[in-house]
Amino acid sequence: MSSGKHLKGIHVDHCKNTAGQAIIPMTLPEKVFIPMSQHIGAPCQPVVAVGDHVKVGQLIGDNAAPMCAPIHSSVSGEVVAIEKFMTSFGRVDTNVIIQVDGKQEIAETVKPPVVTDKASFLAAVRASGLVGLGGASFPTHIKYNPANPDAVDTLVVNGAECEPYITVDHMTMVAHAKEIVEGCKNIMKYLNLKKTIIGIESNKPDAIKAFNDILSGESDISVFELRQVYPQGAERVIIYECTGRHLIAGKLPADVGVIVSNCTTVLKLQEFLATGMPLVNKSLTVDGNIVAKPQNVEVPLGTKVHDVIEFCGGLTGEAGKILFGGPMMGKALPSDDFAVTKGNNAILCFDKDFAQQHEETACISCGRCVRGCPMNLMPAKLSRAYKHKDVELLNKYNVMSCMDCGCCAYSCPARKQLNFEIKQAKGLVMAANAAAKAKAEAKAAKEAAAKEGGNN
Amino acid sequence: MAENRTGLIVSSAPHVVNPVDTTSIMRDVIIALIPALIVSIYVFGFRALALTLVNVAACVIFEWAFQKFMHRKQTIGDLSAALTGLILALNMPSTFPFWMAIVGDFIAIVIVKQLFGGLGENFANPAIVARIALFVGFATAMTNWQVTSKMDPAIVAAAGDAMTGATPLALYAKGAELPSTMSMFLGTINGSMGEVSAIALIIGGIYLLIRKVITWEIPVSFIAVVAILSAAFGRDPLFDILAGGVMLGAIFMATDYVTSPINPAGKLIFGAGCGAMTMLIRQFGAYPEGVSFAILLMNVLTPHIDNWTRSKLNGVDNKGGAK
Ligand code: SF4
Ligand code: SF4
Repeated sequence: MSSGKHLKGIHVDHCKNTAGQAIIPMTLPEKVFIPMSQHIGAPCQPVVAVGDHVKVGQLIGDNAAPMCAPIHSSVSGEVVAIEKFMTSFGRVDTNVIIQVDGKQEIAETVKPPVVTDKASFLAAVRASGLVGLGGASFPTHIKYNPANPDAVDTLVVNGAECEPYITVDHMTMVAHAKEIVEGCKNIMKYLNLKKTIIGIESNKPDAIKAFNDILSGESDISVFELRQVYPQGAERVIIYECTGRHLIAGKLPADVGVIVSNCTTVLKLQEFLATGMPLVNKSLTVDGNIVAKPQNVEVPLGTKVHDVIEFCGGLTGEAGKILFGGPMMGKALPSDDFAVTKGNNAILCFDKDFAQQHEETACISCGRCVRGCPMNLMPAKLSRAYKHKDVELLNKYNVMSCMDCGCCAYSCPARKQLNFEIKQAKGLVMAANAAAKAKAEAKAAKEAAAKEGGNN
Repeated sequence: MAENRTGLIVSSAPHVVNPVDTTSIMRDVIIALIPALIVSIYVFGFRALALTLVNVAACVIFEWAFQKFMHRKQTIGDLSAALTGLILALNMPSTFPFWMAIVGDFIAIVIVKQLFGGLGENFANPAIVARIALFVGFATAMTNWQVTSKMDPAIVAAAGDAMTGATPLALYAKGAELPSTMSMFLGTINGSMGEVSAIALIIGGIYLLIRKVITWEIPVSFIAVVAILSAAFGRDPLFDILAGGVMLGAIFMATDYVTSPINPAGKLIFGAGCGAMTMLIRQFGAYPEGVSFAILLMNVLTPHIDNWTRSKLNGVDNKGGAK
């Protein structure tokens, strides 16, 4: 797409220290802690019991609810406990804890799926346990099965990787361009899509070249070079940049005829189609200013952050902040006692100096937040409206269109936590909408009752 | 096996910020005004520096004292009070009495800024309101334009034996002989301390543009409309841009974030409005100069301009329908 127009964004230091470092497999931890909720939707129920012996790729959790992706064991070993724990989001979840036996025997169930049509393809996608690996963790089989399949014509492969530090997608694309392209072909074939656009930020010329080398002669798969502007990898941004179509808040990509998948998701899908091995490992960038040996590692799902850090040589200083994900949208962990799940793509460790929080001062109306917002919102106005709890004004300034990318807060010289406030404001608006709806329903019920009374 | 690391800092994303903060912005504006200050010291002598220091000190002390007295958080470290003092000083004649200057600083910091809630809450530019108040209250002292030997012959001749004399705009109003364009460009004319040198102000403006502290819309639309209306009124556009407070106002005062619109379209309207008001006052008003009044008026309109020029959602037309 070359409309020449772009969505706004910001320039952030790339800090891609690990670019060029091939992904190495991590030595097995002693135990893995596999959470039963690794996706948006219904949590899985464990299908194994304490004392069971499990193998790599064996199903250990599932749920019949439609919005769910099954979970498989990443190791071979013995289930030693199934217990509740508190996630980093403060929710209660269940862990299946497996003592690793080190043999890594492959489960008998792991064999290439038989795919002949769309239904069997979608069944395979579900069986692969895949979720959006870019971080959203939306079950992939749901995403690939939109309500309006005939209107969907384009697959956008997200290879932007716009977060600073993170380079796993980059390294994955360089090493596996061929498999990713095969995956795209399968997706296009079974979902009846016309074309694929692989969006890659221009700071990864080797990844772009890797694709272009094998794509000469392909007319329906192409690479689109994205600008080096954060957040090119945000779903609404990459859709617009690659196709020129605007995804409005509340709509799904399929509504504008697009399915978006992360490049690693496509690769893992292709691997599943070829071998039947579901998603059990995740590649991560381990970096930050105190990691002894910053590198890209492939870890079994359920490995504790702590173990990953030790594998990377430990830390050279006292940890102030540890992130799941990148510095723009990543989640700060209260401790390193959390397990790697499907949606993680980085562990970043920083010292206290880096982690220090900035004191918030008054908004000076400088407009930097407005100039940086890809959604063309006015964060300063939203912040003010939120301060006054003014739902009407929040709606007038389109609060629900915020995608929490953080460009505004990054740019703010007053250090206001704009996207955090806007997230709270969205909650306020949703609560107000729910209240208004309940009130209207109550009124309607009352009127109906009164009418009935009048008839008697 | 090492102990788990606990008690980590948990804060919301983003976990990195742009190094530019409020203080660095204010510092940049102060740096950008230094060329103008240097020219004024050269043209008007040492008193220009003394008067500037008095203003800066008074503004900082008023802010400190007010916040101390009201038990508010100290913000003098953000340099905004110092900047207000500097800008206000540059809006005064070099002969202005210190005590009157301090009255102006009180108006700017205490009345216009702090009583409205501090930085970010003031509806009008503190330095502009203070300048207008001083102009109304101390009209003679505020128009006591020192003439020195460094100045253009036309200015010196018009002043005769007096130590003070009419500014180029006043000379224009009288139809007298005007200083050369070059003198007005360099700053060897009389007037408010910081107004005289167009080149010094332009250098500062370019610095601010490069540092992305200001954007081009307000200065360019302001100056362009002054030039266009000047030509339309049969005046000399170059003279009107260089004379009086247009450069200082367009680059440093109309661009004050708090009191100007936030969106580019709003900034264009704002700048154009400032230019138009300036020229209407110069051409038809009772005063030879109108920059301050023009900016103040547009400050008052800023919330409305902001509302008219609200950002639209991507891919949605003005009526809320999809494009
Ligand atoms: S970036 Fe911060 S200071 Fe500037 S307008 Fe936005 S909220 Fe206000
Ligand atoms: S977090 Fe929301 S308001 Fe802030 S820049 Fe991103 S989309 Fe805009």
